[in-house]
Formats: sequence, structure tokens, C-alpha cells
Amino acid sequence: MIIKNKAIVSDDWTILRLSENETPESITVPAGKMIVPLTVWQAQRDNLQARAELGVWLASHERPEELKGEVGKFDVIAVDFPKFGDGRGYSIAYNLRARLGYVGELRAIGDVLRDQMFYMQRVGFDSFAPRPDKNIHDALKGLTDFSEIYQISLDQKLPLFRRVKRDGIATAGSAND
Amino acid sequence: MYKYDFYDQQIVDERVVQYRDQVRRRLSDELSEDEFRMLRLQNGLYMQIHAYMLRIAVPYGMLSSAQMRMFAHIARKYDRGYGHFTTRQNIQFNWIKLEETPDILADLASVEMHGIQTSGNCIRNITSDEYAGVAADEIIDPRPYAEILRQWSTFHPEFAYLPRKFKIAINGATEDRAAIAVHDIGLSVLKNEQGEIGFRVLVGGGTARTPIVGSEICGFLPWQHVLTYIESIMRVYNQYGRRDNMYKSRIKILVKAIGIEEFRRQVEADWADIKDGPGTLTLEELNRVAAYFTAPAYESLPENDPAVALFKAENKAFANWLQRNVKPHKILGYAAVVLSLKKTDIAPGDASAEQMDVVADMADRFSFGELRVTHKQNLVLADVKQSDLIRLWEESTEHGMASPNIGLLTDVICCPGADFCTLAFARSIPLAKLIAERFDNLDFLHDIGEIELNISGCVNACGHNHIGNIGVIGVDKKDGGEWYQVSVGGAQGNDTAIGKIIGPSFNFQQMPEVIDRLLQVYVRERFEEELFIDTVRRIGMAPFKEYVYATPINTEGAIDKDAYGFINKPDNYTVQRKSRF
Repeated sequence: MIIKNKAIVSDDWTILRLSENETPESITVPAGKMIVPLTVWQAQRDNLQARAELGVWLASHERPEELKGEVGKFDVIAVDFPKFGDGRGYSIAYNLRARLGYVGELRAIGDVLRDQMFYMQRVGFDSFAPRPDKNIHDALKGLTDFSEIYQISLDQKLPLFRRVKRDGIATAGSAND
Repeated sequence: MYKYDFYDQQIVDERVVQYRDQVRRRLSDELSEDEFRMLRLQNGLYMQIHAYMLRIAVPYGMLSSAQMRMFAHIARKYDRGYGHFTTRQNIQFNWIKLEETPDILADLASVEMHGIQTSGNCIRNITSDEYAGVAADEIIDPRPYAEILRQWSTFHPEFAYLPRKFKIAINGATEDRAAIAVHDIGLSVLKNEQGEIGFRVLVGGGTARTPIVGSEICGFLPWQHVLTYIESIMRVYNQYGRRDNMYKSRIKILVKAIGIEEFRRQVEADWADIKDGPGTLTLEELNRVAAYFTAPAYESLPENDPAVALFKAENKAFANWLQRNVKPHKILGYAAVVLSLKKTDIAPGDASAEQMDVVADMADRFSFGELRVTHKQNLVLADVKQSDLIRLWEESTEHGMASPNIGLLTDVICCPGADFCTLAFARSIPLAKLIAERFDNLDFLHDIGEIELNISGCVNACGHNHIGNIGVIGVDKKDGGEWYQVSVGGAQGNDTAIGKIIGPSFNFQQMPEVIDRLLQVYVRERFEEELFIDTVRRIGMAPFKEYVYATPINTEGAIDKDAYGFINKPDNYTVQRKSRF
């Protein structure tokens, strides 16, 4: 089960991870709906792009620009959080959406926990695979911690001060006089 | 000062609800300590040696009297009757129970306060000039920008899990009183030749293990772009800052590694995409926020009050206080008054609940209900009538906050040190006390004049030792003893400089004599009216070093550490230090 578009749904994608003695070139990608490492995609692009359904995942140290011009080839792109405190995945997601124009499913995988999911959805993730030992129904609650936000990100193109009429106090003159 | 609107209040209230649930899940073990640690840190809750410490944000150092009274309430109800003001203009409570923290944050929210992002690897409380709005040398009041940046950085989704903590300071006056050169980002508000407002942007300054003065990334950034430009700096840092070694993970290391030109190129490349976009600050919003920082209802007053001059002539203590603790104000007849939290027998920056209530009351009566926390760990009443000075002096004297030592040797900047902090190698508060006792002679202190003595218990340099004219830092030695390294020549402000270590370290008992010898060299070498720092700059470190190490420093008859009533280092000290935060 995963969380997708704010709902718990079943999921039939498999995430392929290389074991120590496998290389991107040598590994055989099983049939079916596979989310392959970026390195495997790059090594086996010719074979893989013939598949009807394919996903790719990025490690936190990998650059989303590696997929420049290719993001449309995937049904799902995942970003791995090796530890929840590794925040690179947030900028990877932002760049995939804002800079590389990716509009498909963007999934957070790895050390994905309830208390980071509000931030994750803001930078462009629309699907989450919470860590298996955690209760997914509990994790879902993380998406609704806050009902308002100050700043722009992927989910909200206007900052609060451009979106709503904020209360102020009457004053004469301007700040920059 | 700024007042929350509906949205500000809602965001802080929802944070309390979120955090209360996180604590519940921690207590029921749904959350492991490792998972909870980063969540509590982002609410300012640290685990220290004896108890939890809660750090509360005081945005850019501004407080209302109601907020100060809430601190007194928290000190009484949840702590041991006192709090500690910090070098980041915040307040810390040292004896907190985890179970009570949600209630504390709810109490704080009721007066528009919180502990959001006062710790953790995120954008921290934004600091500024304690004399903002009243300083005669102010170009532009930096507080509206600081508040706008506070809101922008609050729960920024992309930058909550940075490689390391991130500190921004903003200054709007000719003189830099916000130490902007030793921040991850230092902003200085200025006007260009066309009269337009913008920022000089410094990046990659800092102290700690790699003390370094920030580099200029942009000489003039028009004010509208401040949010998007900082967003781009943060994005480059979040992606490329080192995460493999916590001592090399601050932005300064990245800037140093790739050079400021390359760093600027990357920032500008990212910025090209969002510049002039919807994230650009609007004049309407700037004016909305700035309206909260307009001048209070000043009266038309004569420049001086004759009673003050008269009393000054007959009362030396009052005269000393006027000289050191009363600062000029841009409005005739008003002054800014520094309430000293540096009394000889208390820890620098500490205030009791009673003092907090007294200060709140004085703020209401003498300073439009507002006060400020300084990065030198004192309090300021910024808008005091000359005619109220005598009463204010009497009342603050009665409550132990009128030590006439602002800017002097005993106005020490000091971190909590090994009495509280798991990171410290050595104690700093008892050392500050030991030094204060040695130099507890006002005539001598006034003769030495302005000097900054900054003390940190370890390499993390929370006591700003690198930018102290005299810097003291606890060092890690294999013998497990308490050792301190001493530097001279550091400075903050417009001529920010990193001090140079004078030589091998000293033990606790030797330190007052070391300070004394440094001062003797200064007294011997100084020209008329020359400040300590200027003498150091003129003659260099060598004469100081030579004299300090010329003869051994006798420590016989040194004061027993226990005499200070502080907890000695526990036997399992090393083990405790490993359990970080």
C-alpha cells in the first residue's frame, strides 16, 4: 500500500535496488512494473525504453538534471530518502517538477515518515511509500498538519501575501521613504 | 512591534497541536528517540546533561511586556524560576520536562511566541540590531525585512532538513551591530546613489571550527528580490553542502571549497528561473509589515533633563550608569537604556522570574511596553524619556540590573558551557564569574574601557569567542582537565576580525591572571583613549603573547571549583558528550 493523491491505495510497482555484487550494466531487470535506479536506466536505456511501463528512482546524491529531456518517458519517478534527515530529496523533487517539467507521479521512498510528509507534498511529491514498519493510516494524517502556509513552493505558486488580504494596522507613509 | 494576524496565529496554533501529538507518540514509543529528536529540535527542545532545555524564539530580539511576563510565568511554573538570554537574542529554560513542553508552547502561542526552528538543521531565528528603529546611524529599519524573512523561513518545506543549521542576520545602520559577517547569510540594508533600497549580501561567514568572515555574493540586491535570492542560495546549499561530516557541513565550507565566484554563478543560475516571479516581495506587503514598526507616540521634549544633570553630579554610581548603560536616541529627550544581566554573582544572561516581571513593568511604564534582547545577552528599553532615567536607575539597581558595565570587561558574552551543555569541553559560566570577581573594581573597569571578552566552552563557539577582543575557548585535552585557549584581536561590527590564538592553553585557575597580564600589556602600551582592540591592531599579538608566557602562572590558593555551587563535571563526562544534543 502507498499513499497517492492523499489516499491509501494498493500499489504494484517494484523498486529495484542493486545489491553489492550487482552492477547497473549486469543486472537483469525483471519483467513487470519496475522502478529502476537511475544508473540502471542510464546503462540499459535502449532495452528499458521499449517497456510499456517503467519507473526510475534517484538516490539523494544524484542529480535530477541527469534526466533532462527524458522525464516524460517514465510513469513514475521516485526519490529515495536514505535517512529522513537527508533533505536533498526536497530540492530534487522541486527541480524535477519546476525545472525539468515532470508532471507524472513523483514518489517519496526510503525513510519516509509521517512528520516529514507535509513538507514533501509541498515540494511536488504526490505519492509516498511510508516506511513499512509504520502505520500507513497514521502516516496519512501527516499531510494535513497545517491549513495555511507562508511561502511559495511547488504546490502553491503564490505566497500568502499575494493570495489573501492580510490584516495590518493603519499607518502613514511607506517603509522605504 | 509586529502583531500576529489570523494566519500567523493559526500557523503557530497548528504547530502546537502537531507537536503535542508528536510528544504523545514519543511517550507511547510510536516514535523512536531518533525520529523524535529532529522534531523536538525544530521546536527548540534540546536534551542537556540534567534535563531538557527549551529555546524560545525572540524574533530579531523584540519583546512586548506581555511576552516578558509569559517568560516569568514559564520560569515559575515549568522551570526553576529563571531563564537565560542567549547570543541569538533568544531565551532558554534549562530545567524542562518533556511532558510539559506542549503546554509551554501553548502558553507561548497565547502571546504570539513559539520555539519554531530555534534548533535543528534549518533556518534559525533571524537576528538584528538591538537598537533598530532608534539608532541615530540607522539607514533603514531592518525589522520589517527581518519579520518578512521570519515568515518566509517558517516551515519552508524545501529547507527544513539542510546539511546543518543556518543563521541569518540583518543590519540596517552604518555601524554593524548584528555581527552580519559571521553569519551564514549576512544582510546589510543600504541605499544606492539613486536612493533605492537594497541589500549587500554576505554569505559563508561563521565561527566554530572554521572561523571565517563572510564573502560578498551581491553588492546591491534590490529589496524586492530578497526572498527569491535567498531561496536560491538555500537551494544550492541544500543540494551541494556536505552531509558526510557535520563539522564541514556549514555553507561556509561549501563557499570556501568552490570559491565565491563559482558559488555566485550557481546561485544566479538558479535565481534566473525565479527572479521577478511570484515570490518577489511586494511593496504592499512590505508596507503592511513596516506599519508595525513605525515610531511610537514620542512626546516633544527638551534634549536634556536638568534633574538628571544635577543627580549625575552628586551620585557617582548614577553617573557611571549613565556613561555605560544609557545610549543615544534619535529623538530629542529620549534614550535607550541597557539593563545589565552581567552582575558579578550571576551567570551572564540569566534573569529571574522576578526580574522578568520587573522589566515588563518598567517597559510598560517607561518604554511603550516594548523591550529588546541584545546579542550581548542584556536587555534594552529603547524609548526612555530622559526625565524617567533616575527612577529607572533606582528600580533597576534595586533589582540587580544596573551594573554600569555595558561594553566593559565584565559585560562578558558567554555560552552555557559544561555546566549544562553536552558538547562543552569546559565550563564557561564559572570562568566568567571567576574573572568578574578578579576585576570587580569599577574604576579599573572604566579605565580599561570598551573591551569584549567572549567565552565559549567548546569549539562550537556559541560564546562568539572568535570575534571577542579577548576570546576564550574550552579545548579538548586527553587528560580530561579543563583547558582554555586564549585569542586576541577578534572584533565584531564593521571591522569584523577573527582573533589569533596566543599560544598553549591554560587551566581554569590560571585564567584570571592571563586576562590580567593581557590588560597590563594594554595599559603599558596604549596611547591616550586608545581602545584595547586598537592597541592590539597597532602593536600586534607578539607583545601580549610574550608577556603572558614570560613567567609561569601560579595557581596555588586558587578558588575551589565547588565554591561556585556549580555541578562538577560528571565522571562519565566523555560518554555524555558523545550523546549529542
